[in-house]
Amino acid sequence: MVLRTNIDAKILIQLLYQMKRIRAVEETIAERYNEWKMRCPTHLCTGQEAVSAGVCAVLRKDDFVVSTHRAHGHYLAKGGDLKRMIAEIYGKAAGCSSGKGGSMHLIDKSVGFMGSTSIVGGTIPVGTGLGFSILLNGTDQISCVFFGDGATEEGVFYESINFAILKKLPVLYICENNLYSVYSPLCVRQPAERSISKMVSSLGIASDSGDGNDATEVYTKVINAVEHIRQGKGPFLLEFATYRWREHCGPNFDNDIGYRTEEEYLCWKKKDPIMLLENEMKNRDVFNPGEVQRVDSLIESEVHEAFSFAESSPFPSQDEAFIQLFKE
Amino acid sequence: MARNLQFGKAINEALFIAMEKEHKIITFGLGVDDPKRIFGTTAGLKEKFGSYRVFDMPVSENAMTGIAIGASLNGIRPVMTHQRLDFFLLTMDQLVNNAAKWHYMFGGKSSVPITIRLILGRGWGQGPQHSQSLQSWFAHIPGLKVVMPATAYDAKGLLLSAIFDDNPVIYLEHRWLHNLEGEVPEGDYRVPIGKANVLKTGNDLTIVSLSYMTIEALHAIEILEKQGVHCELIDLRTVNPIDWETIFKSVGKTGRLIALDTATETLSIAGEIVAKVSMEMFGKLKGAPTRIALPDFPTPTSPSLTDKYYKRAEDIVHTAGKMLGRKLDVQEILDSRKSPHDVPGDWFKGPF
Ligand SMILES: Cc1ncc(C[n+]2csc(CCOP(=O)(O)OP(=O)(O)O)c2C)c(N)n1
Repeated sequence: MVLRTNIDAKILIQLLYQMKRIRAVEETIAERYNEWKMRCPTHLCTGQEAVSAGVCAVLRKDDFVVSTHRAHGHYLAKGGDLKRMIAEIYGKAAGCSSGKGGSMHLIDKSVGFMGSTSIVGGTIPVGTGLGFSILLNGTDQISCVFFGDGATEEGVFYESINFAILKKLPVLYICENNLYSVYSPLCVRQPAERSISKMVSSLGIASDSGDGNDATEVYTKVINAVEHIRQGKGPFLLEFATYRWREHCGPNFDNDIGYRTEEEYLCWKKKDPIMLLENEMKNRDVFNPGEVQRVDSLIESEVHEAFSFAESSPFPSQDEAFIQLFKE
Repeated sequence: MARNLQFGKAINEALFIAMEKEHKIITFGLGVDDPKRIFGTTAGLKEKFGSYRVFDMPVSENAMTGIAIGASLNGIRPVMTHQRLDFFLLTMDQLVNNAAKWHYMFGGKSSVPITIRLILGRGWGQGPQHSQSLQSWFAHIPGLKVVMPATAYDAKGLLLSAIFDDNPVIYLEHRWLHNLEGEVPEGDYRVPIGKANVLKTGNDLTIVSLSYMTIEALHAIEILEKQGVHCELIDLRTVNPIDWETIFKSVGKTGRLIALDTATETLSIAGEIVAKVSMEMFGKLKGAPTRIALPDFPTPTSPSLTDKYYKRAEDIVHTAGKMLGRKLDVQEILDSRKSPHDVPGDWFKGPF
């Protein structure tokens, strides 16, 4: 197993870059949502960037990823095309799903991002099936499934894990436990004191859990899990504790509506994954302010460009609604 | 006494009245007691009736439906709520194989008095997995009653009937109706399941409609009347069982039928109405009946793609004109429209 102290400085800057980029994208969406040009439900992952960055830093380009309604971070970290994602949220023809899908339905097959969907639990068996296809095809890829704590309450979660264990599938299950399902806290949905990763380990799947705001912890745990999977030892589930800063769906903050406290939010904000990583880099003396500044301005211009691209791109013509029902 | 009340508030009132009257009624579903309270429809219930009778649930739709069925076999009357119909699709097994069959397959020994509220989405990029109108799926299953209120009055009266019905009832409420106001009497009253409502009388044409499409029909009829076309508007209210008598009587009078639907066209409720009318009263028809429903495609997300996808009052006017062999003007409808096509009104700013 890799020790976090052994992580190459290059990887650290890559993790930082990835998280900052995701943050910038999400916060720009939030800032501009009120222009009412992005006309679709949009679930932001601000605060949860470390899981996306840490997991995808380990995955290869040809590994598969499937995800949920909250997919922006996963899509970007896996290498999905930023311009095409923003264009999709704007409903433009150049969008990654040609305007048919919107924020909740992203795809970029060129980097193994096989699709995100909006029904909770819906892609857990799909990612498992991709894992099965890898086994059948005899390649050494991995299929990674991102989902939330809420999704572990669906029957299909257990059914999929059962099959993955039975067939020793190369599937990496990543549960981002952000404590809430919409406005429902874990305590009204699952018994107190439960650890999702421990619970499923009794089904027979190798599992572990960790701090989802600590990018290097995520990274090292994923390295370990991926090694296990690529050695043919079967599926692995990782549960990461994290927190979404903004409202469940939409651009605002919603600590005032009463389902969670401002204190709780502030406590998690103190564990800002970007800040945590910067501190770690400082402690290890690999923080290079000049380099970080370069990264910041790179991101700023890239995000700016992506939004300009989306805004100036044409809408699909109305007839496009009535094509692609079947593959011809 | 009747006062003006919003559709969503009328639902809330029905729940209060029912739960007050009968302590075996429980209400649950994702977000039932969260701060938003299912677009306000479950507001105040938990405070009044406590967390045993009003509660949130795990994201486990199929199991929770089966649990509702089990509880109902022992006298509990569950009212389940889902913020989108699409989420409820995970429960089709419990619904179709258990709820719908129980009374029949056990020779009438027990029944399943559950009510399932499903909200239909439309607009603002709800897209392929958040906007499906699958009433014909439910209506197709023998053993399920299916209601679709269009007015605030019916929202309350039909929900009360559904809750006190001894059978499984699917109650489909359209998100775009929630903020619509109408006259709603106080207290307990019931709108019978299986009885349509003649909202307008006229001799030229029968429009059979349901749910939100009834509102579009009312807009269309206003414009048609100004151009001398008088339509009879039948709001179906229930899609299983369908009130054929009311439909036949009206088409017998007008000889012309347009059936409206919020769903995709093929195998829709509107299609069933056209079929049955054609079979039963072919000789009375002055022309081919027709239906206005969505194209047989999933709902796209981009506003540029939904513009022509959703059907509106002007489509009804155009179709009426075609049937009557007249050119009818729709400009007034277009001019009166203040908000974009993908929102129910100016007040709606997303994101859900
Ligand atoms: C089957 C189903 N039920 C309910 C919903 C409504 N819904 C949308 S997102 C969400 C939250 C799920 O929580 P979780 O899986 O923890 O993901 P998070 O939003 O926290 O990232 C719910 C319940 C849905 N989309 N699909």
